[in-house]
Amino acid sequence: MWADFSLHHAWLIPLLPALAFAIISFFLLRSPWLAARLAIAAMGTAFLIALGVVWAVGSKGITVEAPFVMKTVWFSMPGLVASMGVLVDPIAAMMLFVVSLISLLVLIYSTGYMTGDPGYARFFAFMSLFAASMLAMVIATNFLQMFVFWELVGLCSYLLIGWYFFKISAREAAKKAFMTTRIGDFGILLGILFLQIAFGTLDFGELAVKVPAYVQQNGVALLTCVALLLFAGPIAKSGQFPLHVWLPDAMEGPTPVSALIHAATMVVAGVYLVARAFAIFSVLPGAMTVIAWLGCFTALFAAAIALTQREIKRILAFSTISQLGYMMLALGVGSLTASMFHLMTHAFFKALLFLGAGSILHALHDKADIFEMGGLRKSMPATCAMMGIAVLAIAGIPPFAGFFSKDEILVAAAHVSTPLYIGASFTAFLTAFYMARLFLVAFFGEENPHNHAHESGLAMLAPMGVLAVFSIIAGIVPFTMGFGDWVRFGPAHHAGIDWGIASASTLIALAGFGLAWAIYGNGARRSDAIVKQVGVLYSLSLNKFYIDEIYQWFNRNIVTGLARVLYWVDLNVVDGIVDGAAQKSGAVGNILRRFQTGQTQHYAALMLMATVMMTLILAITAGAVAGGGKI
Amino acid sequence: MSFPVLSTILFAPIAGAAAITFLPTTAGSTIKKVSAASMGISFLLSLMVFFGYNWQTGGMQFVETLTWLPEMGASYSLGVDGLSAPMILLTALIGFAGVFASWRVDERPKEFFILFLLLVAGVAGTFVARDLFLFLLCYEVVVIPIYIMIILWGSSKRVTKEYAAMKLTIYLLLGSAFLLAGILMLYLNAYPAGARTFSMEALAKAASSGALSPEFQKFAFFFVMLGFGSLLSMWPFHSWSPDGYAGAPTAVSMVHAGVLKKIGGYGLIRIGLLMLPLGFKFWAPLIAAFGVANVAYAAFIALVQKDMKYVVGYSSVSHMGYVLIGIAAADVIGINGAVANMFAHGVMSALFFAMIGHIYHATHTRHIPDLGGLAHQMPRATVGFFLAGMASLGLPGLISFVPEFTIFVGSFKAFPLFAVLAIAGIILTALYVLRVLADVLFGPRRSEWDGVHDLHGADWVPLVVLGAFLIGFGFFPSLLMDVVNSGIEPLTPLLVKIKTAATLWGGL
Repeated sequence: MWADFSLHHAWLIPLLPALAFAIISFFLLRSPWLAARLAIAAMGTAFLIALGVVWAVGSKGITVEAPFVMKTVWFSMPGLVASMGVLVDPIAAMMLFVVSLISLLVLIYSTGYMTGDPGYARFFAFMSLFAASMLAMVIATNFLQMFVFWELVGLCSYLLIGWYFFKISAREAAKKAFMTTRIGDFGILLGILFLQIAFGTLDFGELAVKVPAYVQQNGVALLTCVALLLFAGPIAKSGQFPLHVWLPDAMEGPTPVSALIHAATMVVAGVYLVARAFAIFSVLPGAMTVIAWLGCFTALFAAAIALTQREIKRILAFSTISQLGYMMLALGVGSLTASMFHLMTHAFFKALLFLGAGSILHALHDKADIFEMGGLRKSMPATCAMMGIAVLAIAGIPPFAGFFSKDEILVAAAHVSTPLYIGASFTAFLTAFYMARLFLVAFFGEENPHNHAHESGLAMLAPMGVLAVFSIIAGIVPFTMGFGDWVRFGPAHHAGIDWGIASASTLIALAGFGLAWAIYGNGARRSDAIVKQVGVLYSLSLNKFYIDEIYQWFNRNIVTGLARVLYWVDLNVVDGIVDGAAQKSGAVGNILRRFQTGQTQHYAALMLMATVMMTLILAITAGAVAGGGKI
Repeated sequence: MSFPVLSTILFAPIAGAAAITFLPTTAGSTIKKVSAASMGISFLLSLMVFFGYNWQTGGMQFVETLTWLPEMGASYSLGVDGLSAPMILLTALIGFAGVFASWRVDERPKEFFILFLLLVAGVAGTFVARDLFLFLLCYEVVVIPIYIMIILWGSSKRVTKEYAAMKLTIYLLLGSAFLLAGILMLYLNAYPAGARTFSMEALAKAASSGALSPEFQKFAFFFVMLGFGSLLSMWPFHSWSPDGYAGAPTAVSMVHAGVLKKIGGYGLIRIGLLMLPLGFKFWAPLIAAFGVANVAYAAFIALVQKDMKYVVGYSSVSHMGYVLIGIAAADVIGINGAVANMFAHGVMSALFFAMIGHIYHATHTRHIPDLGGLAHQMPRATVGFFLAGMASLGLPGLISFVPEFTIFVGSFKAFPLFAVLAIAGIILTALYVLRVLADVLFGPRRSEWDGVHDLHGADWVPLVVLGAFLIGFGFFPSLLMDVVNSGIEPLTPLLVKIKTAATLWGGL
């Protein structure tokens, strides 16, 4: 009953939070208490419907091959029909569940975290719109609908990253996020246009049929280019190298925003897009190879940067980039199941990590450097315990959630390419190391006497508790219930543990922990000596390999430089000709000068001029026409 | 004959202007109320025309015809189809919003509002005219008020307002001279003496019946293209536009960037394409190339502007590039997009200018480096400014996304390379829009703006009415696209004929 209702009303899932946004924006900006309750009620109802949808998918046998689809025409003209609709299949249902649950928890958490912010009501409006856009994107039936909400997700992240708009850094971070993803949008738009023109449709279902047929007839060359253009969008949105630069800066937003961006919305949109369009990507080996290698490189590259960062949210941000690289790697080696599985488990433990970080920042009044924290386990035991669970989960220690999904990725990578497998495993080692570093430095060791930390309130701890539970069980439960039978592309994927790879990855994670303990354990700071040994590598990592500086240089010198040159041309060449012509022709010049005194009768002069010119033209024309229209 | 809706739309502002002449100069608030009432009538009726237009049947509706100058073949005939219905709505909408954006004009209000109402009536006339003579007459009516309004109520920094006014006027007059030449050629050649007519339908028929040789069309279209092109600020005839907008008072900038400019795009289709189809085919690649130049060149220049109005001025030049490319694609999808984009850009730029006008009124500066952090003191104006900015960078859910996407689809088929270059413009657009939003609205609080007024009273009207269209047509694009398409889809046979006609490039 509820399942049936939910499935047929799945459009309510994005619509409810969207309505909450509208109602708060128009009526409740001065009633923060009510605004928060409304946002949570809308999101909660959406979550219940999402649960019903998941139930319906299971009970009605909705599969990837036979999704539930509803759609309506958005606008149409001959040769271009755009529709909006709802597509529910196991992949979408899983996303609906994850996104609505995490959004709901983050909203509840925000009632505590945002207390006292003058824009409290507006914050809940923006967060609702953010979740609504993401949810609408998840159920998109076609590329255009997906792009529409993809962009709205981008808008909301712009608004929320720039929440503290009075801070220059936040303002610039918001701009950077928008600009960087715009570059990806350029690619994705070109890809979409090509698909529209080549296939006459943007519908995922129709493309899944037409694309393989096209490939059989015409080969893969052109479509591979198109797929890579499409992939530019996910590169930017999901923080893949080299367009990852916005993501670390995105922590300028309030921490609940970071949790939402990094776990449930925004960054996973890119991964989801590739998964949604897997029928296109999977038949193009060239594109798949690029995705796999770029994902693997990003995973490794971002992990290498995370090693040396000092700000807690920045470490987590690079960790997100690295984990997104994992998801892309999984897609690239052809395992949609592994990618989506990791997306889900990651969403839980990364949301927990950010909310935990928020709990710390809240207690320490935004002191973000982990080396200034120290000994927080005593003052914040609950936060410490839950962060600990998340660290175990992300490091891939069994039986925590991350273990199962990471194992799937490693198995899939090992099947395809040994270098990819080694890269992914080494990333796992680095991940365990930097997460243990964060945990040991922040929570253990000497207590910093200047910090008067206190544990956060229930509004913040309760959502973290739920996420902690999911960080433990979100791996093993879906694993045993046959996640791969539902969320898959192609034949059912019967998950089994590859004991060799599983034990290797566990040992690798433990080695990472061990190394971190050796350096940072017991409050020790043995890192300085190591830094001296590898000075260049250290500063490369600390400075994020100078990618930001390269972009800044390009923007400042090339883009702005070209703009200045063109402006000069406009003033001196284009305008110069006009002014020159005006001044050289005596009659016009005289009129012009007299006009500039602003005293003569404007009407008369203007009319005179118009008449003169028209007569002139008429004379020429008459001649031309008399000559038979040929010149 | 039923109630003459279109004539009422046209003459309500004229009647308002006439009524104001009887009012004393000191009756500022009465003058404003009369203006608002007369524009309100136009606006309501144009809403009725737009939403009452039956797009399923299409064709000319709400027609009115009176004989006027039979010896010349000119008649007073009005009507709207899918191409003009959005334009007349746009005119009345912006005219209405413009009155309220001018609510704080206290210097010679009588003259200001008389001229403004005449300006709007003139623009409206060009869109409802089904007769070329009437079209030209209305177009000429427009030029004079603009010139005077810039001189008397304008403001500018980079150049004097007199210069801006003169430049704009010269361009408009030169453009109209070219246009006149082109139209006269058409008039004289389409039918033999005695049967000559200014009727747009008849002139369009002349072309399709083969009465106009390809060479003639090629020649005449060149004039039409220069005339309408410079009106649409086609590169390299664009430079009047940023100077002119910067110099003009707010409402004139709104009307000029919002609708007057669109006469250029409208004319390129209504006169250029329909009456000189083979000439259109010949020049289309050049128009597309100029369009690309518009998009990229102006967007780059907008990046380094320091005056807000110049940013929007160059932005408007850049956006017109999309219109040019869409029209030049000579494809139902592309032209649909171009027409819809004219509407979209009109709403968005009018909102932009209204908000800039308010900020300028409150802070007495438009110099971006002097501003900043205005979101602290002007949250309402911030919403309007932000909405306009987001529409400008083509955010889905706002009015300009669907038209731009449609243009891209249409032009990608016709000119893949040009289309790619034009689409790259979305990156540059985002760059300058985000820059101006960040530098004007966000950042630390500046105490010097602490006392300034946010939007209040009449200032709300432009934000509310323009914002409603910005969002409403953004989420429900078929409200706009269905009407536009009903005007463009019937062109299919003509467009097919153009596509298959032998190219004229050899005959150059």
